[in-house]
Amino acid sequence: MSVSAPDIPAKTKRGFRLDLKTVGPLLALALLVLLGISLNENFLSYNNLTNVLARSSFIGIIAIGATFVITAGGLDLSVGSMAAVIAGVMIMVMNWLIPSMGIGWGVVIAGMATGILLGGVAGVFNGTMITRGRIEAFIVTLGTMGIFRSLVTFLADGGTLSLNFQVADVYRPVYYAGVLGVPWPIIVFALVAIGGEVVMRYTAFGRYCAAIGSNEQVARYSSINVDNVRLLTYILQGILVGVAVLLYVPRLGSASSTTGVLWELEAIAGVIIGGTTLKGGYGRIWGTVVGVVILGLIGNILNLQSLISPYLNGAFQGVIIILAVLLQRGRRT
Amino acid sequence: MSSVEGTVAPAVLSANRISKSFGEIPVLFSIDFDIKPGEVHAIIGENGAGKSTLIKILSGIEQPTSGSITYDGETVTLPPDGKAEAMGIVLIHQELNLAEHLTASESIFLGRELKRFGFLDLGEMRKRAAALMDTLHVRVDPDDRISTLSVADKQMVEIAKAISRDARVLIMDEPTAVLSVGETQTLFEQIRRLTARGVAVIFISHKLDEIMELADRVTVLRDGQLIATVGTEALTPDSIAQMMVGRELSNLYPPKHEPDVDAPVVLGIRNLVAKGVKDISFDLKRGEILGFAGLIGSGRTAVAEAIVGLSHRTGGEITLDGKPVNFTQVAQSVDAGLAYMTKDRKGKGLLLNMGLRPNLTLLTLDRHIKAGFLDSSSEERALERAVRRFDIRARDASVAVGRLSGGNQQKLMLGKTMESEPDIIIMDEPTRGIDVGTKQQIYHIIAALAAEGKSIILISSEMQEVIGLSHRVVVMREGRLTGVLEGAEITEAEIMRYAAGIKQSGNDERISA
Repeated sequence: MSVSAPDIPAKTKRGFRLDLKTVGPLLALALLVLLGISLNENFLSYNNLTNVLARSSFIGIIAIGATFVITAGGLDLSVGSMAAVIAGVMIMVMNWLIPSMGIGWGVVIAGMATGILLGGVAGVFNGTMITRGRIEAFIVTLGTMGIFRSLVTFLADGGTLSLNFQVADVYRPVYYAGVLGVPWPIIVFALVAIGGEVVMRYTAFGRYCAAIGSNEQVARYSSINVDNVRLLTYILQGILVGVAVLLYVPRLGSASSTTGVLWELEAIAGVIIGGTTLKGGYGRIWGTVVGVVILGLIGNILNLQSLISPYLNGAFQGVIIILAVLLQRGRRT
Repeated sequence: MSSVEGTVAPAVLSANRISKSFGEIPVLFSIDFDIKPGEVHAIIGENGAGKSTLIKILSGIEQPTSGSITYDGETVTLPPDGKAEAMGIVLIHQELNLAEHLTASESIFLGRELKRFGFLDLGEMRKRAAALMDTLHVRVDPDDRISTLSVADKQMVEIAKAISRDARVLIMDEPTAVLSVGETQTLFEQIRRLTARGVAVIFISHKLDEIMELADRVTVLRDGQLIATVGTEALTPDSIAQMMVGRELSNLYPPKHEPDVDAPVVLGIRNLVAKGVKDISFDLKRGEILGFAGLIGSGRTAVAEAIVGLSHRTGGEITLDGKPVNFTQVAQSVDAGLAYMTKDRKGKGLLLNMGLRPNLTLLTLDRHIKAGFLDSSSEERALERAVRRFDIRARDASVAVGRLSGGNQQKLMLGKTMESEPDIIIMDEPTRGIDVGTKQQIYHIIAALAAEGKSIILISSEMQEVIGLSHRVVVMREGRLTGVLEGAEITEAEIMRYAAGIKQSGNDERISA
C-alpha cells in the first residue's frame, strides 16, 4: 500500500475542494469587476484602473509583510503609525540634507535608504520585544502603534511636515511615472508580491512561518529556531512598510499625524480576505493581493455610482471581511 | 482503618457484570466491583488494563455496554458529563480540572455559586471555603489563585470541592502520581478523615506500597478482566505484582539480537541534573535497545529532553562517542546524529493541519534546498521512501495529518525522525494509543534499527513493550534512577518493584554495562 494507491477518486475530490477554497476571493474579485463595468463604462478605463491599483499598492506592500507575520502566528498593529513616522523622518532627513547635498536624486536616494532602514529598525524592535521579551504581539504592537503615532505628531509639532518643493519635484516621478504606462507603485507592488509568493512557497523560511503559526511546540521540537524566524517576519514587515512609504511620500510630499491612519486594519483585512488564517499556520501571498485589490475596488465602485453614499465604504469593507471569514470556516469542514 | 472483611455494611455503589466496548474493541469484560461507606478500595492494573474505563463508568462519564450500576441499593443509570456529582459521586481526574485563574474559593463554588438578591455572595463563599480548608487542615487561603498553588494544594482544593458537594463516593485517578512523599502523606491523612466520616474512596495507583498502606481492599484488573478483589491484609506488594503480570510474551516482539559485548558506548550520561531529573547516569552501547521504565511522571521524558537540549541542563556530563557535548538547541543534537521522538504526537510532533510532505521534512528541511529554494521533487522522493519503509497509509499525501489514524501518525513521526539519519534515537512512548497491528510493525522497525547498529532509548509505560524489546532496562522513580536490569532480571514484577520504590539498587557499578 502506498500513498498513491486509491489515487483517482481521491484526486478528483481534492481538486474540487481546493477549487472552492481558491476560487472564493477570485470569485469575489470577478463579481466586483463585473459590477464596476455594469455601473460605469469608465471603470475599465486605463486611468481608473491604474489609479485604483496605485492607491492599493501601499496597503498591498504592507499587507504582504503582514501575511508573513500572521502566518507565523503573530500580528503587527503598528504598521500604519510606523508608516507615518517613517514618512515624517524621511522628509526631515531630505530637507536637512539639501544644504550639504543640493537638490537632486542624491537627496532622494538618501531619503529612501533612511525609510527602509527605519522600517527595519522598527521591525527589530517589535520582533525583539515579542520574541526575547516574551510579550504578546498584540500588546507590543499596540504599544508601538501609540509610540509611533505620537512621535510623528511630535516631529510635525502637531501640524504637517512638508518636503522641500524642489526635491518633491525630483521625487514625484516615483509615484506618478512608470514603465510602459504602468506607474512605479504598481510595478513595485507586483515585484514584492511575486517575491513574497516565492519566499512563502519555495523557501524554508516560508515553510517555517507556517509551521510556527500552526504549532509552535512542533516547530521547536523539529529543531526550528522559532524566535529567529518570528523576529525575521517583523523585520521583513518593517522593511516593507519602508518600501511602501518611499512610494507614498512623492504622492503628497508631506506627512502629518493623520498619515497612514487605519492602514494596519486595511492590511490585516486584505490578508484575511485573501484566505490567510488569522491565528496562523496557513498563508498565501496572492490571496492577500486579491484581498487588497478587492478592498480598493469597493471604494472605487462606490465613487463611480450615485445610488449609495461613498461614505458607506467602510461598512462594505467590513461586511466583506466578515463574509470572508465565515466562508473560510464553512470550507474547513 | 476499619476492617472490611466480613462486615455486613451494604455497598454504597456497585457495578454488576459491567462490560464495555468502544466500537468493536472490548475493553472491560463482566466486571463486578463494589465499595462500602468508609472504605478505601484500590484499583490496580497495567496501562490499558481498563482501570480508567471502569472509573469512568462508575462516575457516569461512560455508559456500560452491558451490566448495571447499583447506588444505595437501587439500580440506576448515572447521568453523564459529571452530573453524577449532584448525586454524591465525585471523580477527581489525574490532570486536575481547575481553572488556573480562579481563586480557591471561586473554584470550590464553581457552577453552584452562592447568591444573595441575585448577586454573588462573595463573603459567604469565602467563609465557607475557609471553613472547609480548616476541616481539611489545609493551609490554602480562599483568595489564593489556583495558579499559585502547588500540585498537592490543588488536589486539596479539588477534595474540598468534592466535600462541599457532600460527596459520598470519591474516585481518585492516580492522585499521588505527581506528589512528593510528604504531600502523599498529607493526602492520605485527608483520605482517612473522609473515610472516618463514612465517605467511600476509590483509588487508582501504580504505587504498591501506597496501596498497602491506604487501601482496605484491592481489585486487580488485567486486559479488561477482573483478576481478583482481595482484602489488603491478605496481600504483599509482591503478590499484587504477580497478579498484575501473569501473561506470556507472545511473538508480538521480534527475537532479540544482543549487541556485541564489546560494542562501544555511543552515549554516556553522567550525573545529569535538570528539571525533574536528579543525578542520572547511564551508558548506551551501539546496537542496543535501552528500555526506560517507570511510572508516569517519573522523569523519563525529562531525561530525554535534557539530553537533546530541549530543556535546560543544570548539571552533569554528556558524551557522544566519548566526546563531551552540550546541546542547547535541538538542531545541534540532530546534527550530531541524536534524535528525540516526542510522545506527544499531536501537541509537539506533527502539524495537524498540514499534509504528509511538509511534516515529514520539517526536521530536515535544509536537506531539501537547492540554490536557496525548496526542492519539492526531493521532498516527494523522501516521502515515497518513508511511505514504503514505514508503511504509512494515507488516502492521499495532501490529506491533513490530523485526519490520519494514530498508528499512521506515529509511523509518519518515525519517518520524520529517521529522515535526520540519526545514530541514536530516543523514542518516547512510540506506541501510545495505537492498535496492536501497528504496534507490532513498530516493534519490528525498532528491532531492525538496532540490528543495523543504531542505538535506541525506548521510553515506555507499557511494561510488556519494554520487556519484549529491551536489552537492558533502566527504571526511574521520582526523577531518580532506581535500577538497571539485565537479562533474566527483566521481568514485570522486578521492574514494578523498582518503579514503585520497593527496591532500589543505587549501586553505581551496575550502571555501566
